[in-house]
Amino acid sequence: MDLSSINPVVLIASLMVAATPILLAAIGELVVEKAGVLNLGVEGMMITGAVAGFAFAVTTQNPYLGMIGAVVAGALVSLIFGVLTQILMANQVASGLALTLFGLGFSALVGQSYVGVVPPRTPKLDFGFLSDLPVLGRIVFGHDILVYISLLLVAATWYWLNKTRAGRVLRAVGENHDSAHALGYKVKRVRILAIMFGGACAGLGGAYLSLVRVPQWTEGMTAGAGWIALALVVFASWRPWRALAGAYLFGGIMVLQLNLQAAGFRIPVEYLSMSPYLITILVLVVMSSNRGRSSLSAPGSLGRSFHAAG
Amino acid sequence: MKRRTLLASSAMAFGLAATMGTAALAQDPLKVGFIYIGPPGDFGWTYAHDQARLAAQEHFGDSVETFFVENVPEGADSGRVMSQMALSGADMIFATSFGYGPEVVAAAERFPNVSFEHATGYLPRPANVSLYNARFYEGRAVIGTIAGRMTETNVVGYIASFPIPEVIRGINSAYIHAQRVNPDVDFRVVWVYSWFDPAQEAAAAEALIDQGADIIMQHTDSTAALTVAQERGAMAFGQASDMTQFAPDVHLTAIIDNWAPYYIDRIQARMDGTWESTNSWNGIAQNEVTFAPFNDRIPAEVQDEANAMIEAIRTGEYHPFTGPLNRQDGTAWLADGEVADDGTLGGMHFYVEGITGEIPQ
Repeated sequence: MDLSSINPVVLIASLMVAATPILLAAIGELVVEKAGVLNLGVEGMMITGAVAGFAFAVTTQNPYLGMIGAVVAGALVSLIFGVLTQILMANQVASGLALTLFGLGFSALVGQSYVGVVPPRTPKLDFGFLSDLPVLGRIVFGHDILVYISLLLVAATWYWLNKTRAGRVLRAVGENHDSAHALGYKVKRVRILAIMFGGACAGLGGAYLSLVRVPQWTEGMTAGAGWIALALVVFASWRPWRALAGAYLFGGIMVLQLNLQAAGFRIPVEYLSMSPYLITILVLVVMSSNRGRSSLSAPGSLGRSFHAAG
Repeated sequence: MKRRTLLASSAMAFGLAATMGTAALAQDPLKVGFIYIGPPGDFGWTYAHDQARLAAQEHFGDSVETFFVENVPEGADSGRVMSQMALSGADMIFATSFGYGPEVVAAAERFPNVSFEHATGYLPRPANVSLYNARFYEGRAVIGTIAGRMTETNVVGYIASFPIPEVIRGINSAYIHAQRVNPDVDFRVVWVYSWFDPAQEAAAAEALIDQGADIIMQHTDSTAALTVAQERGAMAFGQASDMTQFAPDVHLTAIIDNWAPYYIDRIQARMDGTWESTNSWNGIAQNEVTFAPFNDRIPAEVQDEANAMIEAIRTGEYHPFTGPLNRQDGTAWLADGEVADDGTLGGMHFYVEGITGEIPQ
């Protein structure tokens, strides 16, 4: 039992990696929910991205083309949800769940021939001497491209939502779709674009698992990451930087749990593995009451279908 | 999605059975079903069973018809698959996971004419159930020796699945032999509570390497830990099959589960009408436990030492659990020269002296 064998620098570096898939998916879902749409299909979009990214990467022998493939596949599969809920006015909760079930089954089917295949390696970015710096080298300059993309996405999303006209339009649509409509904004178009952005991010998060984190394709490999991402959005009360903090917290719990075990600590593994889900349930309970909902500043039209009146 | 593959595969099994029914007037082939816990493409446990199925199919040719259902969860689902197989005319069913035990016993009572074979089982069995396991701990003794010789940091990481005797026996055997050739060696065990969870296995390997382990052993079925080891420059051992292709530079060797001789033997017995309920526990001597080719980076003298141990185990000259050995708490377990009996090994739920950490309850 030797706590000193846990190196905090290494721990932070590895929790960043562990958190990246959920962070990517969460930032996408955050934009979707800011537009007033509740898409419960994150898990399905992630696993579709995981298998599509893997397939593209193996076929082209290029991990970056694989990631682009995952983005496209995630956006396309989310479009199913978009058409169902925005054009055909289907219930968002049911459509989202259906999307998850569909994604899990579909990816297992597509992935049959990719089981046991080794994907091309995704290199870490080369920052030259910077990567050799003590502490900073490992934490700031020691990652693959998607870790940086996820951080850039958080910053860009924050800026876009708060500082740009388009971002404000999207928030207006999410807060009150009738007013937004009356002002002449295209509610459905905004929402469908947001849904596709969410799908693209979730797909990229899935590809991070199958191409970088594991890297391998196996059925059901996202193993609930999509649900954690969904919870994270609520946990972060729809703020991008809080989503980042939450993702690193959840990722940190998982990495710390394994590190404590490796250091010889007798810890109740079950409870620690359970904790992200417990926090999630708590947040969802709070959110489901109307008072809690407003105190968490949920978008006003979240989960409501929009019928254009007049 | 597991349910989906299950349905698809049982539908296939049904289809097969139906075609066989019409085409097999000349000579009825023996129908043998296999139930897998994971996908045959895991390159681990299930892959090894499927290789043995293919070997048996090739050995018997047209006189045997094999089929399988993959990704069958332990519990009630596995019982349904067994019934389905038996109803579609299976003469013999191989259930290849520990947790299928209760369902095997129940199905065996319902279908007395079907011969059941349950891998790694332990439950009291009806007359039409046989149990079979392999002495993987013999293999662990060999890779433990190699690990003890090869480690430079003196820290060996061990990714364990569930705290059951099979896994604990492996940890003990590997530790005893690593420690014998390298008294300073330290084992770090991480429990991931899954047989097959690539993301978690990869994360566990990362954590172990971060804490100074330069050799990774695993008792889980995916190749994820090897990929991590290759990336990070740590050495590792394959599990259940040769995993060299996933980590060509650092894959030292692998314990290979070679079920083919047993499967061929048992199917032959059933064909001859001599099949009866047995409880077999074969090892290196019967070629049920074999090894992947040693990596060139293992020095010649260590390879010789490992080969000598394999031979000594094969001839019965050496047993990996030979005293003097103490339990973790320091109490005596085996006296000098005493050899552990199969009963103790079968129910082993303690660490030997020297291993730090505790077995989770």
